[in-house]
Amino acid sequence: MQHLDQFKKPEDIDKVIYAINNMKTRPIKIMEICGTHTMAIAKSGIKSLFNENVKLISGPGCPVCVTPNDRIDKILELVKNKDIIIATYGDMLKVPGTKIGESLEKHKAMGARVEIVYSAMDAIELAKNNPNKEVVFLGIGFETTTPGSAIAIEVASAQKVNNFSVFSMHKLCEPILRFLGEMEDFDIDGFLCPGHVSIIIGEKGFEFLTKEYGIPSVIAGFEGGDLVTAIYKIMSMINEGRVEFVNEYKRLVTYRGNELAWNMVLKYFEPTDDLWRGIGLVKSSGLKIREEYSKYDAVKKFNITLGTSENITVCRCGEIIKGKKEPIECPLFGTTCSPENPVGPCMVSSEGACAAYYKYGRL
Amino acid sequence: MCLAIPLKIAEINGKEAMAEIEGVKRKIRIDFIKELKVGDYVIVHAGFAIEKLDEKLALENMELIKEVTDAALRSI
Repeated sequence: MQHLDQFKKPEDIDKVIYAINNMKTRPIKIMEICGTHTMAIAKSGIKSLFNENVKLISGPGCPVCVTPNDRIDKILELVKNKDIIIATYGDMLKVPGTKIGESLEKHKAMGARVEIVYSAMDAIELAKNNPNKEVVFLGIGFETTTPGSAIAIEVASAQKVNNFSVFSMHKLCEPILRFLGEMEDFDIDGFLCPGHVSIIIGEKGFEFLTKEYGIPSVIAGFEGGDLVTAIYKIMSMINEGRVEFVNEYKRLVTYRGNELAWNMVLKYFEPTDDLWRGIGLVKSSGLKIREEYSKYDAVKKFNITLGTSENITVCRCGEIIKGKKEPIECPLFGTTCSPENPVGPCMVSSEGACAAYYKYGRL
Repeated sequence: MCLAIPLKIAEINGKEAMAEIEGVKRKIRIDFIKELKVGDYVIVHAGFAIEKLDEKLALENMELIKEVTDAALRSI
């Protein structure tokens, strides 16, 4: 049924790699937007199969990596409140805030209630089982993840789980890609569009890259065969001077996406100007909980003042997620900053560009 | 973070389902999937089924990869 092997290693895929390496072309910069792609590319060793003309650059699609210091500091304030249980996806545990040595993991070790959840629904259960505590679910993630937070709010509202709230740091792909596309020194030749975000928002969510910015773009799956096929498509388009939008992940991505899921997001959330690590405030790039559901909005419930500017530090995460620098160009990489003692979120998240470089070897 | 895995539906109870992979079962939500039945495969992200895996589309997808492979073979 799943035909997974055929997508992992289709017949003659080595010949496709050979063909890519033999294209007579200039060096081509391809940005993979999604953190899960970054990890799939690093893990499969694909980069090492291509010659110097194929430059794969990590983009702004690792949600932990783009969360700014300000939000981490606000979470680290919340966790000090003895009445609050923080429920979070595991990736957020080690992210340090502005104060050196402080993270959710350290607070947990010192007795704070920090619970790792696999799903937003687990946070609802946690709230039901702890009626005398306030459960704050950290809403991290792009369009793939946000529908789950929306359902959690819906269930909390229907079942009157009033000790549950969401700290929304959810982000949107389109505004940040437009922001990158409009940077003066923007020099990406092609985009590898995120397969699982596309399941939700459809081909229509990314075709602006081709239609408005004239950049060849391909929605890709996460297996080796998917990635090589997508890279071939982008390279051959550029080589032949064509600008097209291709959906390589046809087995799951439709033109309109999963409207049931996205409509649920729009019912509970609305776009808001949002802060990105190392980038700053980007117009309408995040999602906040709609006023009608403010009962479930941790920002309102706990009077959190959200910062609107980002401090510049030595950590190069901001430039890395814009595709302007490689992890090895950061002065902290592999010395002060490692997965055990991360300075920036690109090293914390298993999907961060720095963590991928560190683990799978570009040193 | 956008990791998603294919699971097979073993049991459906309203908006919840038990889904399995190689004998390991997990409760998931199926709010976003229309017309789901036991035996279907879904792709699951953070406890939510986000799309159904369709045999016909999987074959179309393989065809697309084959077209690329054929084009690559012609070019070398």
